[in-house]
Amino acid sequence: MKIQPGIIRYAPSAAVVAALLFAWEAVVRLGHIPPFILPAPSLVLTTLLSDRTTLFASLVVTLETTFTALLIAVVGGLLLAILFSQWKWLERALLPVAVTLQVTPIIAIAPLLLVYLAPQSAVLVCAFLVAFFPILANAALGLASADRNLVDLFALYGASRWQSLLWLRLPAALPFILGGVRIGGGLALIGAIAGELAAGASGRETGLAFRIIEAGYRLDIPRMFAALALISFAGIAIFVILSAVSYFLLRRWHESALDEGN
Amino acid sequence: MNDALISFHDVGKLYRNGTIALAHVDLAIRAGEFLTLLGPSGCGKSTALRLIAGLEKASSGQVERVLPHKPGTIGFVFQEPTLMPWARIHENVLLPLRLQKVPAREARQRVAEVLALVGLEEFGKAYPRELSGGMRMRVSIARALALRPALLLMDEPFAALDEITRFRLNDDLLRLKKELATTIAFVTHSVFESVYLSTRIMVMAARPGRIVEEIVIDPALPRDQDARASVSYMDYCRRASRALAGAAAELPPQAEGSKTP
Ligand SMILES: Nc1ncnc2c1ncn2[C@@H]1O[C@H](COP(=O)(O)OP(=O)(O)OP(=O)(O)O)[C@@H](O)[C@H]1O
Ligand SMILES: [Mg+2]
Repeated sequence: MKIQPGIIRYAPSAAVVAALLFAWEAVVRLGHIPPFILPAPSLVLTTLLSDRTTLFASLVVTLETTFTALLIAVVGGLLLAILFSQWKWLERALLPVAVTLQVTPIIAIAPLLLVYLAPQSAVLVCAFLVAFFPILANAALGLASADRNLVDLFALYGASRWQSLLWLRLPAALPFILGGVRIGGGLALIGAIAGELAAGASGRETGLAFRIIEAGYRLDIPRMFAALALISFAGIAIFVILSAVSYFLLRRWHESALDEGN
Repeated sequence: MNDALISFHDVGKLYRNGTIALAHVDLAIRAGEFLTLLGPSGCGKSTALRLIAGLEKASSGQVERVLPHKPGTIGFVFQEPTLMPWARIHENVLLPLRLQKVPAREARQRVAEVLALVGLEEFGKAYPRELSGGMRMRVSIARALALRPALLLMDEPFAALDEITRFRLNDDLLRLKKELATTIAFVTHSVFESVYLSTRIMVMAARPGRIVEEIVIDPALPRDQDARASVSYMDYCRRASRALAGAAAELPPQAEGSKTP
């Protein structure tokens, strides 16, 4: 009952991916396309394995940046959203700043950050900036979305602000917060990559984006693809992990985590 | 009239958007009675209950509260069960006790007690979504009873339920009232329900929300399923229906508003 639907659900997407890779491999081999124009998936995989020391070290650097930024964004976004929910004037005062930071493309901010900050910190700030806003916005929306009657009920029983926050507003906001974290996780990776691209070779520990630039200078196309594949995997992994966390926390009560019925 | 728990003196309620929800309402809830506010949608029944509960302030007139101003002396049951979906049933019922800092041991015992009263002692560990609509409503009633309120307010608690479930819950409610000797102020737009449950009915009309008639029901009227077909029961229903219709006829016909389910 449990395993079979899973296989059925994921079989189509797995088949599509396999077919695409197969077609790619076939085109390269049958067309005799040289690797510096388009490497076959098999060659990308070999490169990935032969260069694994460098590439995986870079993956760790990028992931570290991403998760640190995400953690700061979650803590900061949640705290600020809680403050907003307690003092509305604070929200009115600070929201314009947050929105301005959000709508200004991170690629445009990055060079400036690099002027003022050490490269590693600048990359971290880039990743943080893009992840922060969706988490803040979702958490603020969630904290304001508690059932009105439940709010009345808490008032009727003389609940303090703190009790209402802890027992009503935060649990009610949890699905929203987790949604924000899921979006923020993907964005943090994008921000980290954007920051690394802008920083170039200036950092001592270099992330995956730098490996792509580096390989590009050397016209090592298979390695560019290998680094790119790792970035994609990182993105997918972040999404899957955060979805699993969300499912785990909501599975008992929230609609989004219930079985899909049919 | 000295045994009134709460009385309205010429109460008016004007919402900020200009709606006059209530105008010149005089009303007293007497200890031990089952008072029903009966009226069409939008006549201010919920507003009246919220004023009684102190969730809203009157714009004019006075709401006199003889009951002590302590949270928990009034229980509230909403139209929806209004349970916390993330909490188990026993945690939901525990909420008022927790907010009022009742010692854990006593609180646990009280939860078991009220869950037994509504016949759900076996479902404490379940989550709200695992229960049927009627069961959820009983949880909501159990929660309202947890602090042993002197006054229980119920805002169309059974409106969303099917008739079979509603009749059963009507009987359950009458039994609870007898066992606990609480005073109940109940809101409904069902004539049959109001006559079946109440000792007194206040018929209301809309625009502006006001009371048009008071119907006192003989306490000797039998309340069981057979009674629903008795002559005296039907008489009361006819009276209440006439009062409703009379109030509606006073108004010029309107395009929208008096929607009946
Ligand atoms: N918070 C509010 N702000 C503005 N107007 C309101 C508010 N609450 C209720 N009203 C208006 O006041 C009037 C009375 O509303 P109320 O909810 O008390 O009616 P009701 O008799 O309970 O109706 P129903 O049977 O549909 O629940 C309605 O016209 C409604 O639109
Ligand atoms: Mg209402």
